[in-house]
Amino acid sequence: MASGHASAESGARAGLPARVVGELRAILGPDAVLDRYEDLLVYEYDAYMDRSLPQVVVRPTSGEQVAAVVRVAARERLAITARGGASGLSGGVIPIEGGIMIDLNRMHRILEVDVENGLALVEPGLINLDLSTAVAPLGLYYAPDPSSQKTSTIGGNIAENAGGPHCLSHGMTTNHVVGLELVTRDGLLCTPGGPAPDAPGYDLVGLAVGSEGTFGVVTRAWVRLLTLPPETVTFLAPYDSIEAAGQAVSALVANGVTPAALELIDEPAIRALEEAFQIGYPPGAGAVLLIDVDGLHEAVEEQAALVGRICQETRGSLGLQYAATEAERAKLWAARKGALAACGRVAPNYYLCDGTVPRSRLADVLGTVHRIAERYGVRVLTVAHIGDGNIHPMIMFDINEPGILPRVEAAHDELVEACVDAGGTITGEHGVGLEKRKYMPLIFTPEDLEVMALVRAAFNSTGLFNPGKVLPEPGTVPQRVAIPVGVSAAVGPETWV
Amino acid sequence: MTVSEPTPGSLAHDGLPTVAFGIPDPPTVADMNACVHCGLCLPHCPTFRETRLETESPRGRLHLMRALAEGRVEATDTFVSHLSLCLDCRACEAACPTGVKFGHLMEATRAEVRARRPLTGFAGILGHIVFLRLFPHPERLELLASLLRIYQRSGLQRLVRASGLLRRLPGRLDEAEALLPRISSRFFEPRGTVRARGALKKPVAFFAGCIMRVAFAETNRATVRVLARAGCDVHLPEDQICCGALHVHAGERETAKRLARRNIEAFERSEAEWIVVNAAGCGAALKEYGEWLAHDHAWAARAAVFSARVRDLSEAVAALPPEATSGSINVKVAYQDACHLLHAQRIRQQPRDVLQRIPGVSLVEMRDGDRCCGSAGIYNLTEPEMAERLGEQKVTNVEQTGADVVVSGNPGCLIQIRAGLARRGSTMRAVHLADFLDAATRD
Repeated sequence: MASGHASAESGARAGLPARVVGELRAILGPDAVLDRYEDLLVYEYDAYMDRSLPQVVVRPTSGEQVAAVVRVAARERLAITARGGASGLSGGVIPIEGGIMIDLNRMHRILEVDVENGLALVEPGLINLDLSTAVAPLGLYYAPDPSSQKTSTIGGNIAENAGGPHCLSHGMTTNHVVGLELVTRDGLLCTPGGPAPDAPGYDLVGLAVGSEGTFGVVTRAWVRLLTLPPETVTFLAPYDSIEAAGQAVSALVANGVTPAALELIDEPAIRALEEAFQIGYPPGAGAVLLIDVDGLHEAVEEQAALVGRICQETRGSLGLQYAATEAERAKLWAARKGALAACGRVAPNYYLCDGTVPRSRLADVLGTVHRIAERYGVRVLTVAHIGDGNIHPMIMFDINEPGILPRVEAAHDELVEACVDAGGTITGEHGVGLEKRKYMPLIFTPEDLEVMALVRAAFNSTGLFNPGKVLPEPGTVPQRVAIPVGVSAAVGPETWV
Repeated sequence: MTVSEPTPGSLAHDGLPTVAFGIPDPPTVADMNACVHCGLCLPHCPTFRETRLETESPRGRLHLMRALAEGRVEATDTFVSHLSLCLDCRACEAACPTGVKFGHLMEATRAEVRARRPLTGFAGILGHIVFLRLFPHPERLELLASLLRIYQRSGLQRLVRASGLLRRLPGRLDEAEALLPRISSRFFEPRGTVRARGALKKPVAFFAGCIMRVAFAETNRATVRVLARAGCDVHLPEDQICCGALHVHAGERETAKRLARRNIEAFERSEAEWIVVNAAGCGAALKEYGEWLAHDHAWAARAAVFSARVRDLSEAVAALPPEATSGSINVKVAYQDACHLLHAQRIRQQPRDVLQRIPGVSLVEMRDGDRCCGSAGIYNLTEPEMAERLGEQKVTNVEQTGADVVVSGNPGCLIQIRAGLARRGSTMRAVHLADFLDAATRD
């Protein structure tokens, strides 16, 4: 640490040699390298609970600079963690092995918009919503809309293969990224995919999207832009219980209806949202569904009528409300997208589950969630991208309460297991990161994990890209091959994950 | 995740554990730790937008404040620089779904930093003079303003500007001088009652401010006329004093509380239901007296009652029956949201409603209208570089509206925007809401 007092501070790591910091300054410019303890402190977190300080933060403005930094890291055996909005919920950008944090926030330009072909070339630090706002005058938008879209970046969305309410009809981030500029291996800058339709050869873009920063650093991306729907109808459908709301979803599915978005908010979450946003949710509702239907006028009219009828015919329906104006619509969605943070009003800490469940099993699993909460004596608030079976039960707690953390973790383990038992999986959209590594063996065989490790090693040949993420901890899964990953691998190559 | 142990005996008035700060009224641990790091505040923060640095974001600053409270970091120069670059515009607070009390935490932490690192040398002397010897004394402020008026009117100002003398002195004095508001020809002296026109005769009390009295005296007189024409008997309590907002923002909390007690006493003598104020920064402070004095058993209840009476001019006028206007005025108006109205007081609609009541006014919205203009109290003196960047953007956005007039409810915004418009030789005028309403409704 450069500042004299830092060595006494808790959590501070040994500083980098002045030679290395000087070299980084020479590559990036003097202001683009942060190594004071007070500055590093704010790069120790994301929206997950763990904390770890990087040894230095660099702020590049080009892929070439990133490649030069990676070459230094490879030579010095320093971990590399790329960071965008740091709004991730699985600890994806927490630099648990210290090293170099590459802050991509200065790379936030839209380099090219191809209106006719619906494509844009963007830098990774661009905020998701800023892209849609910029291209809206052209009648276009970027479809993946994670609830964090006001603050999360395209680069982070690519790393996590982010979802969002409207991914129900349009698919996840991976369906909207067609080309990348990627700095990988020991500083190799490659450009898989691109604007040409139907890329031949191996789908490296597909592999890299969702790799959580363990394959390299994305420095540019070609993304798809869609035409703004001419019409959107937004409903709020309240039910007397969460089970009734689940039944309504099943009925919609059974009738072959796929709205643009289909969200569920349960009663405790409704109360927190009401306090934060003053929506005027119907009093007495045990759960509400928030539904968007969009498209051409005629199609919307027909589908909206059908959705409305099914919603109201479901037992336990408390009626149906339409957003009459664009402002009302925006308010309903602002509340849903601020749900996570709004629930921060209920308790100082939360542990958020990101499991998925087949839609046919939703009603069951939502019931199980409540039984688990009761058994562990914890409060659980649930929001869900119910249309694609991605549920977000949030366990609310105060970390100061003695003995609470093991109870919360055990409850979370059971929630995840309930999703897996029902035929779902451990994460829908928040990534595995640090948090869910331990659940990987629940859904993957040792052979699956070995192939993943081999693929990762092809990109991450130095083992330094975002170590400690995605694959399970060493020794927790049987392994046949030794693949060096992580800074510790420099000492002993036995550990592979 | 670690949380600081509460210091023994440091319980807030409501019995909650407080953080280990040395100031008399530290924030609670729960308030300090409320942030969930979601990051939704970042795009709303003007300094993050400009720098894209986490250290200059609300989430980063909260993390640093918490680290200070937990003893993980000292109030070093680097630490203080990140707090100082905060405008205290509170756009983050308005955007935060968790309800983090950012302004409260920032003000408390600045007070803690001031306590740990008292100002020394020239800055210390200057701070002492300005905060303790000048603002709390209206007669001294008037004396200084009189001297400045002589400087401005005697031709000396023209001479100094032409000579380039200030540019050669250290400390960017030339920029500070350019922002100097034009001192009023006649100061505003609160005294007596101005009687209502019409039958309503609703009693209101008017808070005249400190800078407002000497540099915006005409605006104060316009405010009183507007209220009287709208049917109010306007009381002008004599013993009122500076609100203390600048003190709180600079970490001088105890002085601010003394000023608050004086104002509470002064306005308790008026039976008016409302205390009307025409400066956003003052209004936000007056509405927070209840919080400032929450720990003071003798004053907590009186302060809460006082705060509940406070209304911004736009709130007051919007709640009064619309008055007859003298015909159509045909003017395109851009309304500039002052941060301490929009974010701190959450007043957005009322000033727009009041403007749109006037026949012939067409209201236009500017790009990034919710972003701070960089004036922010004395920010344009303490952080001139960032203030200028934000000011330039604001003036560009104001000009792009093509409006004839930009209207705002805060003197700081007006000073900043006028300086920017003057630099560009723009013909657009920047006018206080009170002056605009006064001109539009005068018979």
